[in-house]
Amino acid sequence: MSITLDSLLDRADLASAGLLIRRAHLLDPRAGLDGPGDLLVRGGAVAEIGAPGALEAPAHAEVVEAEGLHAFPAFVDPHVHLRTPGREDEEDIETGTRSAAAGGYGAILAMPNTDPVVDSASVLGSLRERARAEARIPTGFTAAVTMGQRGEQLTEMAELAQAGAAGFTDDGLPLRSASIMRQALAYQRLARRCIALHEEDPALSGDGVMHEGEVSALLGVAGIPSVSESTMVARDIELAAYEDGFIHVQHVSARQTVEVLERARAAGLRVTAEATPHHLLLTHECVRGLDTHYKMNPPLRSEDDRQALIDGLRSGVLGCIATDHAPHAREEKEEPFEVAPMGVTGLESAFAAVHTDLVVPGVLTLGLVVERMTAGGEPFGLAIPTLAKGAPASVCLVDLEAEWEVGESGYESRSSNCAFAGRRLVGRVRMTIAAGAVAFRERSFAIGAVA
Amino acid sequence: MKRHLLSVDDLSREDIERILGRAESFAEVSGREIKKVPTLRGRTVINLFYEASTRTSSSFELAAKRLSADLVSIKAQGSSVDKGESLKDNIQTLSAYDPAAVVFRSPHAGAAGLVARWTPASVINAGDGKHEHPTQALLDLYTLRRRAGRLEGLNVWIVGDLLHSRVARSNILAFGRMGCRVTVCGPPTLIPRGIESLGCEVRITLDDLAQADVVYALRMQHERMTGSFVPSLREYAAQYQIDGRRLGAGQLLMHPGPVNRGVELSAEVIDSPQALITDQVESGVVVRMAVLYELLAGGSGPPRRADDPSRPASEPQPA
Repeated sequence: MSITLDSLLDRADLASAGLLIRRAHLLDPRAGLDGPGDLLVRGGAVAEIGAPGALEAPAHAEVVEAEGLHAFPAFVDPHVHLRTPGREDEEDIETGTRSAAAGGYGAILAMPNTDPVVDSASVLGSLRERARAEARIPTGFTAAVTMGQRGEQLTEMAELAQAGAAGFTDDGLPLRSASIMRQALAYQRLARRCIALHEEDPALSGDGVMHEGEVSALLGVAGIPSVSESTMVARDIELAAYEDGFIHVQHVSARQTVEVLERARAAGLRVTAEATPHHLLLTHECVRGLDTHYKMNPPLRSEDDRQALIDGLRSGVLGCIATDHAPHAREEKEEPFEVAPMGVTGLESAFAAVHTDLVVPGVLTLGLVVERMTAGGEPFGLAIPTLAKGAPASVCLVDLEAEWEVGESGYESRSSNCAFAGRRLVGRVRMTIAAGAVAFRERSFAIGAVA
Repeated sequence: MKRHLLSVDDLSREDIERILGRAESFAEVSGREIKKVPTLRGRTVINLFYEASTRTSSSFELAAKRLSADLVSIKAQGSSVDKGESLKDNIQTLSAYDPAAVVFRSPHAGAAGLVARWTPASVINAGDGKHEHPTQALLDLYTLRRRAGRLEGLNVWIVGDLLHSRVARSNILAFGRMGCRVTVCGPPTLIPRGIESLGCEVRITLDDLAQADVVYALRMQHERMTGSFVPSLREYAAQYQIDGRRLGAGQLLMHPGPVNRGVELSAEVIDSPQALITDQVESGVVVRMAVLYELLAGGSGPPRRADDPSRPASEPQPA
């Protein structure tokens, strides 16, 4: 898409940043940046890029001594559950976006499976209004494909698009009916927004709560087979091709799905896909202890699936990393595995976890991970953030040497059901500038201090 | 031995030997006029059943009573669970009574493991969902060893619905740990993918059943029919029923009960001298006494002599 849809994102009115980031390692592969330099933000935009120590700070500008830190374009997460309206005890727009900013994110898309569901322009309008008061970073809201996410009747997609829906999805649930899926794709010609899909065949998933494999056999817990996901993806790719629609496959978990996506890409179809840090880094072996912090849908799968996801991320079949940040109340996760709700939080640990397990051991390059962490808005027509001169300033400053333990000093998120809780990770976000305003600053990371 | 019994995996071969030996000595007491021993006098055992049970709950009750423990039995129905109290709150409430052990049955896998995190008491898993039922496996080992004289080297076939059976999972592990060769057999729709990783062979027909020294038939639950796991009970019986024709003269037959006569077993084999089914029920009490004893009074010392049950009364009780 040539025109970007960034105007659909809302944020509280924060002061435009005026600051000079000095001697950071600037890394933005798309802009061809990879080396030490200064970056001047003025009036909310990247005003200047210069050699390390070369730029002068204008009067009243904050100077950030960033030697030893990396500056990336801020990340974009197309898959966040803000739980608002309905479950503000788990997350709200303020805590969710603060959590995102702490993870280095400069923009997110929120899922519509709230209570009530975002299936009308009035619910969407009230959310956008609230985001303009509370959101720390630009936040887009997706709307449901079907009324109440019941899979029976399309939402007023055209009106929702006009009211600012950033995309459509029934995330949390698949579109069971092929007929409804087809109607949505046909109607997409009018609504002109991406349709994002949670893919599983409910008939195959059954009562499953984890990956079907040897661990589920050992535990006597009903499994969700990989083909539950891949057969639905295959169906929807066929339908999208037939209706000339474009779809985004959410949280890919299985090797079979990656293979289906590869074939679609080879055929030149318009289908994008995302993978989550937990699916990229963890497997069903984690579930052996029936710890509900490893319960999510789709489930953690086998090592073979995990390797296929990493390959897919490398090749670009999986074009972006998305967290599927899904906060849950503590008491709900303190139930037996089969009873506890699906989902884990991940905004604050996403980059560090991927960096620790895939970049540090040399599986993926840092540049590739930065590309995949920043590309989440592209399927929805959002601009990819860049450090290039003139662009809106969306920057995160990261200390790649810093070791920390996930959850050691609590979370910005209101919930703590993080799949990486207690793990020691390498790589800490120190500061995030989102669309020209400072959105997050680590408490010890003071103005003008030498890092 | 560990402080809790949550899974057969918690037990070493030595632990199992010790429990079986202890059960033997309690069997001797069971033969007496007065069947009680004072081992757990003054200590509290809570039987907490979140799921219907007859055999397991009654045999745990008898076991606790014969060890002179104070016993509280709670069924989820009619309790605070009905009033919406969470499992964690319920356990913490009951823990205020300072129980030495909580015997816990739940319809959910891993629930006993959660309970163990929330109470200072020893937790005994009396069945968690379709996951495990370790005391059933122990009583099966005990029963079989008494009849066959040994466990090492026996060829055990477990036949039936392996997908929905916690008994099967615990028994595959337990028989394996004691040196048996385990084969599982059932309709392909009722064999979970990857079950061979538990250390068993997988068959889908009874063609080679003659290899077995022991045939362990599982209960075929009628409610599973709704999931169309098998076309009909008739077809199931035709393919997998253990009957007089299939059960060889030298083979032993076991079943965890309750039996569906005419489905997984024919009447003739149930009532045959090869069947250990009533022995299994009988063993339930002494084996559960042994488990309570080993967890609460036995410590982790070496196995004691068979005449032990008369001695613990004079032994100091752990605080």
